[in-house]
Amino acid sequence: MTARATASAGSDVRSATAGSPARADRRGAPGGEAPRSGGPGVIPRASTIFAALQTVRDPELDEPITSLGFVASAAVSAGGDAEVRLRLPTYFCAPNFAYLMVADAYDAVCAVPGVRRAEILLEDHFASDVINGGVAAQSGFVQSFDGEAVSELDGLRADFLRKAVLAGTDQVCRPLLTAGTAPSELLGLTLGDLPPSVPLDRLRQRRAELGLPAGDDAPLVIDPVTGDPVSPDAVPLHLRRAQSTRIGIEANGGICRGMLRHRYEDCGLGEEEQ
Amino acid sequence: MYEKDGEKYFVVDGHMHYWNAAPDNWVPGAEQYAKGWIECFHAYMGLGPPETHWTLEHFQKYSEDDLMKDVFEDGYVDVAIFQPTYLLEWYKEGFNTTERNAEMGKHHPGKFVYNTRFDPRDGDEGLKALRENVDRYGSKGLKLYTAEWNNGSRGYKLSDPAAYRFLEAAQDLGIKNVHVHKGPTIWPLDKDAFDVADVDHAATDFPELNFIVEHVGLPRIDDFCYMATQEPNVYAGLAVAIGALMHARPKFFARVMGELLFWVGEDKMLFGSDYAIWEPKWQIEGFVDWDYPDEPQFSDYPRVNTATKKKILGLNAARLYDIDVPPEYQLKNGGTPGAHEVFAGEPEEHAASGT
Repeated sequence: MTARATASAGSDVRSATAGSPARADRRGAPGGEAPRSGGPGVIPRASTIFAALQTVRDPELDEPITSLGFVASAAVSAGGDAEVRLRLPTYFCAPNFAYLMVADAYDAVCAVPGVRRAEILLEDHFASDVINGGVAAQSGFVQSFDGEAVSELDGLRADFLRKAVLAGTDQVCRPLLTAGTAPSELLGLTLGDLPPSVPLDRLRQRRAELGLPAGDDAPLVIDPVTGDPVSPDAVPLHLRRAQSTRIGIEANGGICRGMLRHRYEDCGLGEEEQ
Repeated sequence: MYEKDGEKYFVVDGHMHYWNAAPDNWVPGAEQYAKGWIECFHAYMGLGPPETHWTLEHFQKYSEDDLMKDVFEDGYVDVAIFQPTYLLEWYKEGFNTTERNAEMGKHHPGKFVYNTRFDPRDGDEGLKALRENVDRYGSKGLKLYTAEWNNGSRGYKLSDPAAYRFLEAAQDLGIKNVHVHKGPTIWPLDKDAFDVADVDHAATDFPELNFIVEHVGLPRIDDFCYMATQEPNVYAGLAVAIGALMHARPKFFARVMGELLFWVGEDKMLFGSDYAIWEPKWQIEGFVDWDYPDEPQFSDYPRVNTATKKKILGLNAARLYDIDVPPEYQLKNGGTPGAHEVFAGEPEEHAASGT
């Protein structure tokens, strides 16, 4: 039996811990108004619900839950009641990441103009009831998993954003290295020195989410924890680890896609094979 | 043994199981977890070649004869290491216990190594059980599943004081090898359950023990590699790496192997089929035939040759478990130098020396 995660979009904020690096844009201050735009009379469409879900990422795989195939369905009534069904590659996918995806989906859908209520239903997971109920009640992770957790998931999210920054660093640096640029030469480059590309935009966005320098004048190679430039001695190791991080994430993504396909024959909304 | 192109490979399957996950073994009230666990395993099987897939019913409970045929008769394995996984909260008699494995294995002397396990949350009773199992089955190795649920707890870390107490006891009992398997839950649940930092701590504090990180730290290959390169007693268990990637995602498999050979090195990588998730036959055949795709992105990785594969498929595990290897399977002239070198700051040099 799956708990129904139902709550009024404007009733409360998700948890009392402000400053989540990834979704601070969507979250009001504790005790304040929940993020909500649009007013009475705006009729949301399923396509806008889907667009909102495209902004929600799997924190481990650093990829939208839509392209991963995790969105089974997304619908909204004329009155603004949205219902989203999510699914994951296994019954035992890590509950902390699952919670983040459900909570982020909730925030994203609630922020769609005209949405009055949002239900996010994670299906077929060992902790579906706890997660769906906790997100609906805006309880936060610690309260939802009573006695099993000691803090909210902002630290976990930040750790994986740093991995995403490392992986993104490899994505933009690898072509330069292949073309003959020496690792030491990368130290002199800024983000603005690189030609525009999708991976570069993504790297900038991830760095900005962490509060790291992301402008044109920001150094290309930085420590993802401190934001400081990497010292010349440390550059080869830094780049080598960035490559490993990227490969780790991509290999995991491959396994997750394969598991999901075995579990569900039908494609998710917006699913993309890679 | 496996023979190909005149080369003979002694095969040690470093990670395999004899489980009963059929409904008759499900704990009342925990059926959804028992069912979810085995269905998750079955989905992993789906990443292997289609002709090797089993029905879920067969997968839930296979016979002794099935195992002997799949692993030894068809599967080329010379010696197989049982890695028990208890999961007593979900399976009445356990998922695959040391006892179950040994009961089956006693009909086939010389074929199996019986690893056992401990759970640090079991206290003095657990210590007693560990002693009894080591005495009875001659275990030289442990399999630790840190995400196991136990009496309301969702897991533990190897660096917990209670775990250290068990590691000390295990070492005193003559245990040499500790296989660590990470899972999706741990305490506290807000931390990354797949983090391998606790293995790093334990490996530093127990230098006489070998720590084999199963599934090469998946899904944290990057953290595992960096840790393993700094700890001389940390090894990579390849179960799942070959099974889940070699057929389904060959490009990713090549990159993961390249990373492992670079950071960990061919002397510290152990084949494991993870039977019955995957049969060893196709994995061994495919791995012996495997090489990097002929593309520039793979050119910096250490090269692989028959000596690399002989080590990974059996010689490395035989060394850790004191398994006798007949002379015709030994490397001549000691084989090629190990691929691994401690990172010296110049990856380009490394690639040159690995060829």
